[in-house]
Amino acid sequence: MNPASTLVTSRPDRSLTTSDGVARGLGWFSLALGLTELVAPGKLGKALGLEGKENLLRAYGGREIGAGIWALSDTPAPALWARFAGDLVDLGTLAYGLRDADEEQRRNNYIALAAVAGITVVDLLTALSLTAEQSEQKGETGRDYSDRSGFPQGVERARAAAGQQAVPVDYKVTATEERTREGQRALEPA
Amino acid sequence: MKALVWHGKQDIRCEQVPDPEIEAPRDAIIKVTSCAICGSDLHLFHNLMPGMKPGDVVGHEMMGEVVETGSAVKNLRKGERVVIPFTINCDECDQCRRGNYSLCEKSNRNGELGDKVFGHRTAGLFGYTHLTGGYAGGQAEYLRVPFADSTHIKVPDSMTDEQALFLGDIFPTGWQAAVQCDIRRTDVVAIWGAGPVGQMAIRSAILLGAEKVIVIDRLPERLSMAEAAGAITINFEDESVLDRLNELTGGKGPDKCIDCVGLEAHASQHIDSMIDRVKQATMMESDRPHVLREMIYVCRGGGVLSIPGVYGGLLDKVPFGMAMNKGLTFRMGQTHVRRWTDDLTRRIDEGQIDPSFVITHTAKLEEGPGMYRVFEQKQDSCVKVVLKA
Repeated sequence: MNPASTLVTSRPDRSLTTSDGVARGLGWFSLALGLTELVAPGKLGKALGLEGKENLLRAYGGREIGAGIWALSDTPAPALWARFAGDLVDLGTLAYGLRDADEEQRRNNYIALAAVAGITVVDLLTALSLTAEQSEQKGETGRDYSDRSGFPQGVERARAAAGQQAVPVDYKVTATEERTREGQRALEPA
Repeated sequence: MKALVWHGKQDIRCEQVPDPEIEAPRDAIIKVTSCAICGSDLHLFHNLMPGMKPGDVVGHEMMGEVVETGSAVKNLRKGERVVIPFTINCDECDQCRRGNYSLCEKSNRNGELGDKVFGHRTAGLFGYTHLTGGYAGGQAEYLRVPFADSTHIKVPDSMTDEQALFLGDIFPTGWQAAVQCDIRRTDVVAIWGAGPVGQMAIRSAILLGAEKVIVIDRLPERLSMAEAAGAITINFEDESVLDRLNELTGGKGPDKCIDCVGLEAHASQHIDSMIDRVKQATMMESDRPHVLREMIYVCRGGGVLSIPGVYGGLLDKVPFGMAMNKGLTFRMGQTHVRRWTDDLTRRIDEGQIDPSFVITHTAKLEEGPGMYRVFEQKQDSCVKVVLKA
């Protein structure tokens, strides 16, 4: 039996860690961004020099919503890694948009690149932190509890003593030959 | 006093809260000496049960010493050791007189809400949503016990806290699950889930005379604990549950099936469980009923499904036609704790069973929030956590 202090490495008086809180914030951010990409891909494309890529932006919106839902679940670490991978794709897409961008689009695109780069760092740090927290706290898995029968007098003794307990009449539900015969006799005319 | 307080999804904190006080003549105040984290606390932890409010004190497996009683409580003395059942019961209403203590008609102080949501109210529960009364729970230093003259189990001096604590929930829950099966000497009983309630159901099925007990889980430590009691185990990550159950029953299927998993079935091996996981995350389904589907499919015709595992709301794609055509009997419900505890206390006292076998981790109350994570993630081979106040 391990003392709790060897298992809980963060604050033991709180179940939610800082990384969990950041993951939730990123989850909500992901949902908001995803909805924007789904609802207004034309405006986004125009602002970032990605005209004609509306369907791609909608697909990215779906990806963001999926990652957001996952990040808000009780197992957010994989979602943060997925978000990190998505960030790299977003950076590539924004860089692609710079090719034919006019001056205003170029300015918008640089701002977006800086924002995504910042979020990428946050996603990476949060994913690393959540993964580390999980692996740090694992302790020993697959421990052998085969000496814990719960029967102080042994399993065989417990089996031998069984059946002395009558099941209450309102809990009898099993059809048996005896019960069926008894039931049929009860229906026979006196 | 210190208490574990719910603040939202996966957010339990140890905080200072006001000490409880006597509010009614039938109340008592208990100084909690031991409490446990229950599998159904994890449903609250994951915010899957409706009716929790930030600031609620959690916990419904607890025991301690009586420190104060209301004027109408004549059968408890200060200093007496008691286990508190998680279902609060008045002992006066029609349901209590029938032994249906978890359906007590008087103890749920939010009964009107219960009437609206469930059709008819259920009993008040400690630390388990405002649908069941919103009573403060026992993961705390002190606990107010309503209807204390009927909501307690006296602990013999010969019994340790660890032996007695589980009389308040998981032992009678596992016992009722087995009793609901009406086990016969020739029965094969299959139990899904080798968590704490599953472990108690295994031992109960053996004490009630099952010929063969088969347990389905995926965690080696839990399966080893099941084998210790004489159960045959199936690791559903390594082998087909359906094939193995048919093999072990000569193709007939188990006579009795017990669902000790409930609404959070593990999502990894079957497509339906993964779909449930996505639907639950997107709030399109409240529960993940994979075990229920599997039990209905594999159970022998005319068999019994016993469901102690907690379900919270609406279940999709449950093959009810299959259940109807196979003539299956369903028995389920929250545990009528006090109906069973005289018998179970005697069995512990006589040495037939020692429920403390299930405790794998002990911690201080203030370490409880961290232990919720350890228990949730099944770290360090954790099966059952006991907190010492």
